[in-house]
Amino acid sequence: MKTFHRVLIAAAGAAVIGSVAAWAAGEYKKPAEYDFSFEGPFGTFDRAQLQRGFTVYENVCAACHSLEHLDFRHLGMDGGPFDEQGMAVAGMEELYSPDPNQNEVIRQIASRTMVEDGPDEYGDMFMREGRPADDFPSPWENEAQGRAANGGAYPPDLSVITKARYGGPEYIRSLLMGYDYEVPEDLDIRPGNYYNPYMSGEVIAMPPVLYPDGVVYEDGTEATVDQMATDVAAFLHWASEPHLEARKRMGVAVMLYLLLLCGLLYAAYRTLWRNVKH
Amino acid sequence: MTDETQAVDGGEETTRRDFIYIAAGGTAAIGGALTLWPFIDQMNPAADTLAEASTEVNLAALDEGVGITVMFRSRPHFVRRRTAAEVEAAAEADVNRLPDSNARNVNIGDGELATVDNRSALTAAVADGVTVDEAFARTILVSGANCTHLGCVPTEGAGEYDAWFCPCHGSHYDTAGRIRRGPAPENLPIPPMTFTAPTTLVLG
Amino acid sequence: MSGPSTYDPKTGIERWLDSRLPIIRLGYDSFVDFPTPKNLNYWYTFGGILTVCLMIQILTGIVLAMHYVPHVDYAFASIERIDRDVNFGWLLRNIHAVGASMFFLAVYLHIFRGLYYGSYKAPREVLWILGVVIYLLMMAAAFLGYVLPWGQMSFWGATVITELFGAIPLVGGPITEWLWGGFAVGNTTLNRFFSLHYLIPFLIAGVVGLHVWALHVPGNNNPTGISVKTSNDTLPFHPYYTVKDGFAIAVFLVIFAAFVFYAPDVLGHADNYIEADPLVTPAHIVPEWYLLPFYAILRAVPDKLGGVILMFGAIGVLFILPWLDTSKVRSMRYRPMAKWFFVGFLIACLGLGWAGAELPDNPVPILGAVGIDFLFFGRVLTLYYFAYFLVILPVLGFVEKPKERPASIDAAVTGGKSAAPAAAPAE
Repeated sequence: MKTFHRVLIAAAGAAVIGSVAAWAAGEYKKPAEYDFSFEGPFGTFDRAQLQRGFTVYENVCAACHSLEHLDFRHLGMDGGPFDEQGMAVAGMEELYSPDPNQNEVIRQIASRTMVEDGPDEYGDMFMREGRPADDFPSPWENEAQGRAANGGAYPPDLSVITKARYGGPEYIRSLLMGYDYEVPEDLDIRPGNYYNPYMSGEVIAMPPVLYPDGVVYEDGTEATVDQMATDVAAFLHWASEPHLEARKRMGVAVMLYLLLLCGLLYAAYRTLWRNVKH
Repeated sequence: MTDETQAVDGGEETTRRDFIYIAAGGTAAIGGALTLWPFIDQMNPAADTLAEASTEVNLAALDEGVGITVMFRSRPHFVRRRTAAEVEAAAEADVNRLPDSNARNVNIGDGELATVDNRSALTAAVADGVTVDEAFARTILVSGANCTHLGCVPTEGAGEYDAWFCPCHGSHYDTAGRIRRGPAPENLPIPPMTFTAPTTLVLG
Repeated sequence: MSGPSTYDPKTGIERWLDSRLPIIRLGYDSFVDFPTPKNLNYWYTFGGILTVCLMIQILTGIVLAMHYVPHVDYAFASIERIDRDVNFGWLLRNIHAVGASMFFLAVYLHIFRGLYYGSYKAPREVLWILGVVIYLLMMAAAFLGYVLPWGQMSFWGATVITELFGAIPLVGGPITEWLWGGFAVGNTTLNRFFSLHYLIPFLIAGVVGLHVWALHVPGNNNPTGISVKTSNDTLPFHPYYTVKDGFAIAVFLVIFAAFVFYAPDVLGHADNYIEADPLVTPAHIVPEWYLLPFYAILRAVPDKLGGVILMFGAIGVLFILPWLDTSKVRSMRYRPMAKWFFVGFLIACLGLGWAGAELPDNPVPILGAVGIDFLFFGRVLTLYYFAYFLVILPVLGFVEKPKERPASIDAAVTGGKSAAPAAAPAE
């Protein structure tokens, strides 16, 4: 009878290992490991890093990539780059407001963009400064325009990009740093395309965009390519899942509660069944 | 945990057993009750609804004695540039004898008197570097357009005060948007507003 | 098992209601005093766990439907809004998405439990068939629900599955267009899928009611497979099994919560976070893990119609299982040969799941050295899957010599060996 159990367990184990092995075997280079602060069951976002990452997005990525599911106000919601903790990190506590619409930093960020509004009383659309409740404006009028401007490859929206790619933030980071590899001889790279081993198919239409000191960080951090890639990957992970901290925080409470409940129910079960042969 | 003085009938054993059952059942019940909250709270206005963009009104486009209705936070709002006669008519009323003497104006806080000035755009905030003509601001009335009785939109230029009359249940409002007669309990509410230019008023 | 009712109305109100609508009596006889074999192990807790799963899916589904917009232009954005702006929306959506996987995890353990202990045999054939109906409805609900976020996997999954019906001779084309409400998966398709996705859980709840009814006529099977003979064999359902099920549900919720809070997306597919694009098919399109074995069976046949028939046949064969198994012994605890074929069947199902996740032309690890790719692998396992039902179980009843069985459930737990720990599935 014991043999039977062992075989069962072995079969289940083999199935798990098999599927994991299958998962790991990919057609392109695995992203480099990186220990982001938000990993693990207690991980939180590094606010200074999110702010730096936003600087990179705003000055580099935003030229081609939209962030259509985010509003400016999201930057100031709890767990985001400019929440209470984030404003303290940046030394701007006095500009903080629990209502992201009233957060001065976010108002300034929004006002740096122009958004279309209207129609006005004459029926015309008009441009005005952005406000916190506005969507991040797309760099393109429509997808066709985005394609036309980028050699046929539409720069994907970045709202949920780390959830939409295996490897998540590590993939984004590796991809942005992955332009320095030698092109394999059997690969024919056409003009307008670049070799990047982390990209599916190893050919990418996005040119390398990060150069040393490509942005100026307000906190004085040196803007190396690694630094910028890491920061923007963290920012995009926050953008993909702004409630990550709330999720993990609630998870701890729920798990503790459920374990307590399990213990109590097990005690009740043992007490109840103590005198029953079963 | 085991209170031995109470363990009279079944002895310590029974008391301890009951404690375990009650503790397990109680813990499960508390968990169940707490779980209800997300299911209830999800029906409250979401963050994007709360952050709904503000509404901008160009007052320069209004002639004297002309009113428009704009949407602000999903509700209609009256914006009216009153004539001097209309403002005077409203000023004649004895504030203390109105059905509702509260200004109902979030720009000046609760409990202020419902005077013509307290209900006009004079109470609006003014953005830095903007100068607003006070006489002009005094003629501007911005108020919610839903009758405080049951939410219908009153008809403009009608009723006993030639201002607003609610066709649903007959409430009469005056030219300061104050309830004067009828079942409505309160004056029409004044929304938060800011002058961002001499003739540009932003609600919200 | 369902003997005379032991409900005794205590108060006047209870007596008044009992003579008009004996609903308290029904509940009392079904869930309080119901005589239940006293040797049920933890594998028998999945009925209760599945009830909880269904309730969780219905409740979270109802509130998600308050925010979801079934329109191709807004569906994806409305999901993002639920995740970002709706109060606790991220939590409710994670529970609903993870809940689908947990529901299937529990139902598979429930089904394999039934297969091992022979719970499908007389007099429980109708109970089993109703269970298969529930399983089919669950698959339909899961598929329809997966389309709603309108990601790449939603769109292409919907396309591939609806195209299956195109395999039907003559009427296949018209049926596919009828399903779509157009010439391809589009807005009309999304609308009807949303409507049906909302409907099916309530159908499931109805069939679950019948399933429980059909259970309460013959009463529970048990790990020995021996029918209840005396009241010595049973315990009242409450409190003995309500507490035991309660404990099992709590443990199950720990696993559930671990996914919801620490790995909400690990059971899904990254491509479904890319909005549906009818112009580009993802490089590697696979269904959710719980449908992978059927996907492997579909691909095992190099013919469109044949694959579809085989895939539906894999479920269809479950309907006639009670009459395919010829053995007089229910529990495989006392069937020395059937037990090993059962292990083989379990491995075949896991292997089919694996084959379904892989590209057919990829070599199987280790076995690839001798030229075995996942297509061949899947074919062999498909063969075993059907052989288990159509050959092995019918033949075994005649050739197998069952082990000696105890005289009664009571004798099984008191006589001979020491009481087995309840967690062991077969001891």
